[in-house]
Amino acid sequence: MARFIIRRLLWMVPTLLVVTFLVYVAVRIGWNPVASYQRANPRAGKKRLEAYRQANGLYPGPSGYVRGYGEWLWKFVRGPSHWPRSIKGGGEVWEPLRYSFFNTLRLAGIAAVLGISLGIGLGILASRRPGGWLDITVNTTAFFVGGVPPFVSAVMLQLTFAVSLGWLPPAGVYPPGQRGFDLFLMIKHLTLPVIVVMIQTIAGYSRYMRASVLDVASSDFLRTARSKGISERRVLFRHSVRNALVPVVTVIGIDIGSLIGGLIITENIFNYPGMGVYFVDAALLGDFPKLLPFLVIIVVFVIVFNLLADIAYAFLDPRIRLD
Amino acid sequence: MTSIQEPQIPQADLDAAAELGVDVSAQQGLDVVAFTPARMAWKRYWGHHGAAVSTVILAIVMFMALATPLTARYGINEQVLKIEEGNNVFLSPRSIAWFGTDDIGRDMYSRLLFGIRTSMFIGVASAILSVLIGTAVGAFAGLRGGKFDDLMMRVTDLFLAFPFLIAIILVREFLGGLSFLTPIIGGKSSIRFIIVLFAIFGWMGVARLVRGQVLALKEREFIEAARAVGASNFRIVVSHLLPNSIGPILVALTLSVIGAVVGESTLSFFGFGPQPGENSTSLGYIIGLSRDGVQRGDWWLAVFPCGALVLLAICINFIGDGLRDALDPKLDSGR
Repeated sequence: MARFIIRRLLWMVPTLLVVTFLVYVAVRIGWNPVASYQRANPRAGKKRLEAYRQANGLYPGPSGYVRGYGEWLWKFVRGPSHWPRSIKGGGEVWEPLRYSFFNTLRLAGIAAVLGISLGIGLGILASRRPGGWLDITVNTTAFFVGGVPPFVSAVMLQLTFAVSLGWLPPAGVYPPGQRGFDLFLMIKHLTLPVIVVMIQTIAGYSRYMRASVLDVASSDFLRTARSKGISERRVLFRHSVRNALVPVVTVIGIDIGSLIGGLIITENIFNYPGMGVYFVDAALLGDFPKLLPFLVIIVVFVIVFNLLADIAYAFLDPRIRLD
Repeated sequence: MTSIQEPQIPQADLDAAAELGVDVSAQQGLDVVAFTPARMAWKRYWGHHGAAVSTVILAIVMFMALATPLTARYGINEQVLKIEEGNNVFLSPRSIAWFGTDDIGRDMYSRLLFGIRTSMFIGVASAILSVLIGTAVGAFAGLRGGKFDDLMMRVTDLFLAFPFLIAIILVREFLGGLSFLTPIIGGKSSIRFIIVLFAIFGWMGVARLVRGQVLALKEREFIEAARAVGASNFRIVVSHLLPNSIGPILVALTLSVIGAVVGESTLSFFGFGPQPGENSTSLGYIIGLSRDGVQRGDWWLAVFPCGALVLLAICINFIGDGLRDALDPKLDSGR
């Protein structure tokens, strides 16, 4: 096990370097940092342009990409105070990135914990009696709700509960002009975005958990457990659910990508100042110094969570030998 | 629904039987009516209530969207009233504009039909393209195995794990930045570009599916038999492997249509989609325009296009479900 983890960790380094280099090249070609700098600062002179080029390592040609990437990576690793500044207003990149990261973490954490536990719970309940009314209700609802794109459910919820009924605020984390921390107001503002992300999560996990429990249901060890006279309750929690969770847990690790994707949509509709708003703003402007740290952090997240999923799989199911 | 045809016995045989005094009617009952697999799949498909209803609804919606000269009441950029005839912006639903009007007085009902047409065109075109690429790559990887297979699985793993919206915006900008590609796939905001973009993301799922099918089938006896009589790899793929995995491929085709429709709508919603204009105003763009209206409470701007998108999504999901049930060979003995 330890050997497996160490080997995978060592493999992570070249994977990260290759993927971040590809992302770097894609961003250099896709957003053309020099042109977007001139667009954002139409009155910038030759001197400022050259300073920007130097600060970001925007050298021309294929060898310039490698050199630029190397310089950029070195600055990135040395810490936020060395990062190049944003093209709009020349502000620090780390401050807004950290702020939006923690906003997103709050939203994603609440939505993921609530959504995954509710989804798994509903899945277990539905699988108790396949074809029963609860099973059919959960399944049908998940089918219909799973078909609704998140931006549609976000717009509809906003229209219904924020604009028409006026029960909840339509956007933001706090009302304009609010200073300091206020838990009640924050919960009020978080409710709608959390629900939008939760809907998708619950729909996915309830179907997945139901299938997984039913998969385990016909296995020999359950029959053995029952024949030993263990109570049905104990069979359910100690034997059936525990084994059914194995594939579901690993999916959570892989799912982090789609969770972030859903957040980008939700945050933009509810104007919630998280990573999604940060990314779309930076992408529309072509803000090279802001885009790159964001994308690298996302790449690290995806790769680390995939690794965690693999490790969790090996850990939860000792039959699987990975090395 | 389908009438079972009585097996035809030539009249001469019947006459001969009558002469010999044999009761042929009793034997006729023993004849088993044979269904072809396609016929059985057809029956199972229409027996799936959700799929049957969805097919009818989708057919009606598609007819309305394609026959816009008949069904649309105004042009895509036409205003319902001349300015001098009175206020024409943000009208709530009424007889001159069934679904209300938008910020410059255009009829939402007509725009919706044009939007469905554009979205479905993008969806169907990119689904076909991604299924073609995915089938070719998947079959090759599954049959050959080795390094190419490993590499392909790694790359698709990475792409599928990446947040979809971030990946697609990144690839969009990247392809748009490669100026030598522009004459082939069009500019960043053209329909052609969007179709290619979704094909690039869509083929990976199909390729994994086809690869799995090929891996499962290639050790079976009939493939071995084909190889024994000297069939080439190409022939094995085209006339043995693909016909046997046509079911999952068709289901994947259906589901990638709605995947592309929803994906394109999401991109357009954020302003990364095709430029609006004749035949390129998509559903997502219309929903994106409604954002300000929603904050003011002009519900009709969002409710009707969102409803249309959800209707399309649910109908196509049902059709995919019905196809899965109908084409699964394991169910052939059922019903």
